[in-house]
Amino acid sequence: MGRTLVREIIAAHSNQAAAEGEICRVKVDFAFANDITGAPAAESFREMGAKKVFDRERCAFLPDHFTPNKDIASAEQTKAGREFALEQGMLYWEVGRVGIEHAFLPEKGYILPGDIVTGADSHTCTGGALGALSTGVGSTDLAAVWALGETWMKVPPTIRVNFTGERPGWVTGKDMILSLIGRIGVQGARYMALEFGGEAVESLPMDDRFTIANMAVEAGAKTGLFVPDEKVLAYAGERAAREFTPLYPEKGASYFKTETFDLEKMTPVAAMPHSPDNVKPVRECGAPVIDQVFIGACTNGRLRDIETAAKVMEGKKVAAGVRCIVIPASYEVYNAAMDKGYLKIFTEAGAVVCTPTCGPCLGGHMGILAAGERCVSTSNRNFVGRMGSPGSELILASPMTAAASAVTGRLTDPRDVMPEDFFTKLED
Amino acid sequence: MSKVFKGKAWKFGDHIDTDVIIPARYLVSSDEKTLGAHCMVDIDKDFVKKISPADMIVAGENFGCGSSREHAPLAIKGAGCSCVIAASFARIFYRNAINVGLPIFECPEAAEAIETGDEITVDPAAGTIENKTKGQVFKVAPFAPFLQDLIGGGGLVPYVRRQLAERGKSA
Repeated sequence: MGRTLVREIIAAHSNQAAAEGEICRVKVDFAFANDITGAPAAESFREMGAKKVFDRERCAFLPDHFTPNKDIASAEQTKAGREFALEQGMLYWEVGRVGIEHAFLPEKGYILPGDIVTGADSHTCTGGALGALSTGVGSTDLAAVWALGETWMKVPPTIRVNFTGERPGWVTGKDMILSLIGRIGVQGARYMALEFGGEAVESLPMDDRFTIANMAVEAGAKTGLFVPDEKVLAYAGERAAREFTPLYPEKGASYFKTETFDLEKMTPVAAMPHSPDNVKPVRECGAPVIDQVFIGACTNGRLRDIETAAKVMEGKKVAAGVRCIVIPASYEVYNAAMDKGYLKIFTEAGAVVCTPTCGPCLGGHMGILAAGERCVSTSNRNFVGRMGSPGSELILASPMTAAASAVTGRLTDPRDVMPEDFFTKLED
Repeated sequence: MSKVFKGKAWKFGDHIDTDVIIPARYLVSSDEKTLGAHCMVDIDKDFVKKISPADMIVAGENFGCGSSREHAPLAIKGAGCSCVIAASFARIFYRNAINVGLPIFECPEAAEAIETGDEITVDPAAGTIENKTKGQVFKVAPFAPFLQDLIGGGGLVPYVRRQLAERGKSA
């Protein structure tokens, strides 16, 4: 029985066979924490009696959640993480240079094909877009990696997900991953890995792949990986901060099951309150009236996301009474969006453009909801109270659906505000 | 000699996420007691007031799904709960609970049968969950051997301390 990609990666980082279900000690290539999880990780690290992180170039602290610090308590917490990073001489970037960790680290070439990466943030699985086993852990687990350069992992079974057919321009990575979660449920891949492939992936932009890998955890998965192809190797090759060795699943790899999606039949979808698996075609959601739109987050704050949303919004206005908040996920994205004129399209439409931060996604700041308010968001979770009041409602959708909704003031399929040739041109 | 837990059950459904266990607006502290004061507030605002020391949370599938925040098991401990029984746990929460010393027990049958208010005794050494109110006893599958060693040795912090000491010796 052939090895899946996740088994190949674990085997390459361990001296064990990496049979499914086996607990393996694995070497870790990169380990990071943010402004919420960094301070408790530093505390655990000291409690462990550790003096030095295992490799200063492979350990990082990235303040991105409540930053620029929203209040005194978050400032103190960030300060504790920053002081630890400086004391250790490990990688650390300050506000104005850092982005949302899961957008920034791949951009800077710190997460690479074949890697094992642990981050004290559940959306660390985003790195799977590069063919890395990238997975979220808690602060104590992260501290142990910083101290030892290794961790334990149970080798997960893999669900193979194949995307087939020609992808219409209105189908984005967000629609693809929401369709999967809608089908298998929020625990459909619990304790498992997702491996994405199929002929439709070849033409899929990297930014859409990051979106898909990002939400693997919303199906309960340890990670969601793409098999490295030319696009992945080109992306990693021009950015790599160190050497890397891409790995591939063996022919005849044995999968727990296979899920197949024909993209020609897929339409824009949304996850309705209050679960990422409450997924329906946007046109069947009853066009609920909305108060806010959020375009950003580690899910959908990359250039392709900003670009497609801006093109939908170009020459239009945000509906009266609706707040539209746009947050590019990194400065690379921010600057590129500025150069291409996308930021101006948003501000001229009456949207707000903010500095890179996780911000409202986790109910941190920059767009908190009151009771009774409803928001269409490009983020990854619509749990009760996620963006503010437990009495608010979140609908998850793609950047194009979010932009279309901002314009109409109701949850709207982008096909209902844009002509068909708009979507054909997007793919050129 | 492992401890026996005795307390009243507080029942929750499936997919109780970490945002509900401890909302992000409280993540400006990682102090157990501070976090504990807000445990479960968005799903039951009086939860912390209602429970007595050593009471336990009993929940359905996928308990602790969502964020990697270790603050979630810390909040449950800080609120005074002795342990969590669930049909299943989300993977990051599972590791975090072990790492911060919150006892967790995976037992779908117990999670199904127990109701709020039932008097429960959990005996980890015997591998049993007893519902005194309903007169039922459930078996709990033991942790994998590696995890038994990890828990038995006091958790991840002492484990790393021992690993570092061994490396120091061989260096």
